[in-house]
Amino acid sequence: MVDKVKTLEDLKKLREEALEKRRVKSASGQIQIVVGMGTVGIAAGARETLKAILEFIEQENLSDVIVRQTGNIGLDSFEPVVQVQIGENPKVTYGKVTAEAARRIMKDHVVNGQIVKELAIEA
Amino acid sequence: MRELALHLLDIVENSVSAQADTIHISVEEDHAQDRLRMVVKDNGVGMDAETAARVVDPFITSRTTRKVGLGLPLLKAAAEACQGGLSIQSEPGKGTEVCVTFQLSHIDRMPLGDLASTLLTLVVGSPEVHWIFNYRVNGNCYEFDSAPIQEVLDGLPLTDPTVLGYIREHLETGIASVHGTA
Repeated sequence: MVDKVKTLEDLKKLREEALEKRRVKSASGQIQIVVGMGTVGIAAGARETLKAILEFIEQENLSDVIVRQTGNIGLDSFEPVVQVQIGENPKVTYGKVTAEAARRIMKDHVVNGQIVKELAIEA
Repeated sequence: MRELALHLLDIVENSVSAQADTIHISVEEDHAQDRLRMVVKDNGVGMDAETAARVVDPFITSRTTRKVGLGLPLLKAAAEACQGGLSIQSEPGKGTEVCVTFQLSHIDRMPLGDLASTLLTLVVGSPEVHWIFNYRVNGNCYEFDSAPIQEVLDGLPLTDPTVLGYIREHLETGIASVHGTA
């Protein structure tokens, strides 16, 4: 059943499609999302948080988002921690970001530009 | 943590923090030997023998933001409770290899959990690392290598929605195809 795994030829085609879409899209500024993936973050559900963010990007077809993981951010009692930066705007740090909260941040902040105040941490 | 895949993610983060640019991960289920084995091998900064010996102690960590590191000691304790163990081999400037084993059929062994999500997190979240992943069940093997994928992408980010779908499906399909052969 291993032949069901997609091949590099498939990926080459997908790359062409992706580049075509990117040409059409207007440059709204790159969006950077960082998820804290230290021991405490992982135990608090950071992998599921990151997964929800990736699923949202796939479903909504967002092409200007870069997602990174990082080690411990140093905010243990707020894990999972997610930081969002849009273009040159200041970075916003969110705490206790469950998968559901992550979907809300993606919808309100990343897509619509509205910071989700009740999840943001004063840093 | 209730999944081995989460523990795996946790110990691989050590390799990322150690500035490794190549990380090998292998997960092997051998039903004949009744063993489950996970190995993480990196070419990061490494540790001297004394540090490597003490790193499984819950009161040792290289982190400066917090004084207690629990990732490796937790996994070691879980392995030892299942007729297994955890060993570390490391050399400064060369890298580190962590090997953890469990008795596969042990009643207290945590489930393997969502390996595909752990791998997706690592591959997408740290794209500068060359990831090589092997999952083997009774001789059937799935291998994921990020290098040929990055070569085809030629600068297109892994978080492009189309690429993301490709990698996610690759990992999910590949892992499931081997997992089913137990």
